[in-house]
Amino acid sequence: MEVAMRSIALTKGVPDFSEGAVSFNEEGHLERGKTPTVMNPNDAFALEAALQTKVRHGGHVTATSMGPPGYASVLEEAMEEVYADDTYLLSDRELAASDTWATAITLSAGLEKYIEEVAEIDLVFAGFKTADGETGQTGPQTAWAMDWPIVTHVIALDIDPDERVLRAKRLVEGDIDEIETVEAPLPCFVVTDPEFEPTYRKASHRLTHKQLRADTQERAANHEDHLTTWDHVDLNLDPDYIGLDGSPTIVSSVDPIPKAPSEREATMIDADDEEGMTELLEEMQPFAAGETG
Amino acid sequence: MAADSSEHEHYEAVVVGCGPGGAAAAARLADHDIETLVLERGTEAGSKNVSGGLIYGEESAPYTIDDLFEGFREEAAERPVTDYRIHNVAGNSVKTYDLRDLHEHDTEWCDAVLRRTMDSWLEKRVHEKTSETGGGVLTDVRVNGLLRENGEIVGVTCDELDPIEADLIVAADGVNSELARDAGLMDWAEPDEWFQGVKATVEMDPDVIDDRFGLESDEGVAHLFSGDLFSDVRGGGFLYTNEDSLSIGTVFHLDSLVEQRAEPHELLDALLTHPLLATWLGDEYDEREYAAKLVPDSKKVAHPEPHQGRLVLVGDAAGQMQAQGPIIKGMNHAVTAGALAADAFAVTRGNADPAAAGRRYAKMLEDSGTMDKLRPRRYDLARTVGERDVVTSVVDSVLESPIGSIAVGNPIADRLLKRAYNSPFLVSMLPDTATGYVTLPSVIGETHGKTIHWENEVDPPSLEERIGDLTYNTDVGNPHIELVDESYEASGAAVAACPVSAEEFGGGCYRSETVETNGTEETLVSLDTQPCVECGTCAVVADTEWEHPRGGKGVEYREG
Repeated sequence: MEVAMRSIALTKGVPDFSEGAVSFNEEGHLERGKTPTVMNPNDAFALEAALQTKVRHGGHVTATSMGPPGYASVLEEAMEEVYADDTYLLSDRELAASDTWATAITLSAGLEKYIEEVAEIDLVFAGFKTADGETGQTGPQTAWAMDWPIVTHVIALDIDPDERVLRAKRLVEGDIDEIETVEAPLPCFVVTDPEFEPTYRKASHRLTHKQLRADTQERAANHEDHLTTWDHVDLNLDPDYIGLDGSPTIVSSVDPIPKAPSEREATMIDADDEEGMTELLEEMQPFAAGETG
Repeated sequence: MAADSSEHEHYEAVVVGCGPGGAAAAARLADHDIETLVLERGTEAGSKNVSGGLIYGEESAPYTIDDLFEGFREEAAERPVTDYRIHNVAGNSVKTYDLRDLHEHDTEWCDAVLRRTMDSWLEKRVHEKTSETGGGVLTDVRVNGLLRENGEIVGVTCDELDPIEADLIVAADGVNSELARDAGLMDWAEPDEWFQGVKATVEMDPDVIDDRFGLESDEGVAHLFSGDLFSDVRGGGFLYTNEDSLSIGTVFHLDSLVEQRAEPHELLDALLTHPLLATWLGDEYDEREYAAKLVPDSKKVAHPEPHQGRLVLVGDAAGQMQAQGPIIKGMNHAVTAGALAADAFAVTRGNADPAAAGRRYAKMLEDSGTMDKLRPRRYDLARTVGERDVVTSVVDSVLESPIGSIAVGNPIADRLLKRAYNSPFLVSMLPDTATGYVTLPSVIGETHGKTIHWENEVDPPSLEERIGDLTYNTDVGNPHIELVDESYEASGAAVAACPVSAEEFGGGCYRSETVETNGTEETLVSLDTQPCVECGTCAVVADTEWEHPRGGKGVEYREG
């Protein structure tokens, strides 16, 4: 058996922006209360990368989030979808309204506590940007706070547990046409790109994957037994440096994006309207010969 | 990147395909505590499989599927066949014989099945069993060839996985076995070595089935149809009752389909709209699925030595489909073959010669009498007569003459004919000419039959609708069939014979079009693999490079 890897996958709950789920009020503002919370779509790639690491090398995946108690459902989703072994939620009122900076400070405190009390961590995985904030800052800031190396825009990942290095294919500045391979020592922070695809080219890996799926179904049904919640006291954080008070970002105002003025006039013609269709054909006639308007 | 490509994964046994043959092999291998990996290209076992729908448990067989999988008949099968009839059709005149004697010969039980339900059930059991050996079942993996080292077969290569080595490779990859062809054991050369079947699975409430067929809920029927209902195309039709649906289909000699330029879906429609079926189908016709399958004629293609090195072929991959007269038995032989292959490997385990298991397997097929069922010696004798057109036409003209018809049509002949139909011995000697399939049944229908006056109101879906109702996961930009020769002479037969193509239909796989080049007209064939149901017909009748789609891609049968 190879050296097992312990991974943390960071995830966040975001409003479900998919059609039919999301709800806006008359001014075009998001109605948070009426819109369900789901796992941030980009985090799925981070979780897949953590799962790939576990499948290939054995080990443990912990899904971690910071947010209100309701985010436990997001962690449950993480457990179901990518077979996390357990989940940690950093949650209390003092953490509310954190910006990316305060979030990074809190997450790094959580990771430090985990290392101290639970186990050494080899890898931390985060997704690229959340669907609500769209900053892409939390991952790098958390890595900075941990003083760990970070590899971003990762699309493929290989780990050499014996050498304690990872090799990653990444998009240079997020550009799909420019791919480089980099090496980094463990422990390391990895931000997956939405182009990330797990690969399982060995039958044994796929069998493990299948076994994990079967095992997880049982675990996810009782996901609360596998959930640990830490508040700011557990994390030994000063309320002045976290939550709203610890967030240097100031949002002065939010303006709705004005509707683009319509530049062309549209005429609707019913398919059964013979007169209208004749006119349409006449209008289109000049273009039939290859002329352009 | 870090993976060491010089070192392949190794399993004691790799089974390719999780149909009944592969499942039986894997289950027996697991019983022998042999580390077994099963690779299935469908997204779930059964999603690539079609059969007419009867599986037999034979009294004389060394293995039956319910021996290997407890609860099979209760959980994976549809209704048992408790009534078995053949209808000889001449126009609207039909003469029905009770074929129970033939059906029950050597039959311990016989159940109708739908393959998606059946094979996915098997897959779960096989995964449980093989997991305990350190292996398991993987779906969505297409094995695309044999791994060789110094010319010797040592494993398999896949689209989705790195090459895998194994001490035993069981090719249970179906009628279009890529492994059997890679090994040079099977080919797709002659249309007369194949049948092609098409089938409609028709929705019907269980109570309505009981009522219309006069059944209890634990009973089922098999009806067969032959005669002039399919013009001169050699073959027949069937109807089987499932729990809450009917399987209605037609099976024809592929060479006959090609000769007559017959459209398989139209032949199926000819059966569906025959007055005889009106009483069963009623006025509400709801087709759940249209499906097609190529069927090897084991009399001609069952490989007598289906092995090479570490490779053994089982089931359709080895041509082990017994189709003689009205009986079609395939799945039961695949089960026997799979289990025997596993036993052969177990008893020769540790033998230094990697081909020992294969040789033992062939011997076990022979000793168990399986090979003689697949390739009856007496058929080989009769065949030479049957194929002589002169003899056939003489027999035909006698049958069609007033005297001949009277001979067949007299009351004594009626009894004798029924006995002849019920004789496994006589049936296995029926030559593959129109005499057995068309002339004789229609004479019987005409002279002994009752005229059916029922109004059939069934309006079967068009081919376009049937294709539209199928589920596909198209591998865009990566077609699995390549048309090598697009001339009409080489590949034109596919336009009619392909079950999802038709002349004058633009939405199918194969189309023909007339093009003008340098003043001369030429008819060319074009191919779009999107609607392909992966039956393999075009591999036989057209000039193609034919492969299966990648794992999980292509058509996905829900009924099968």
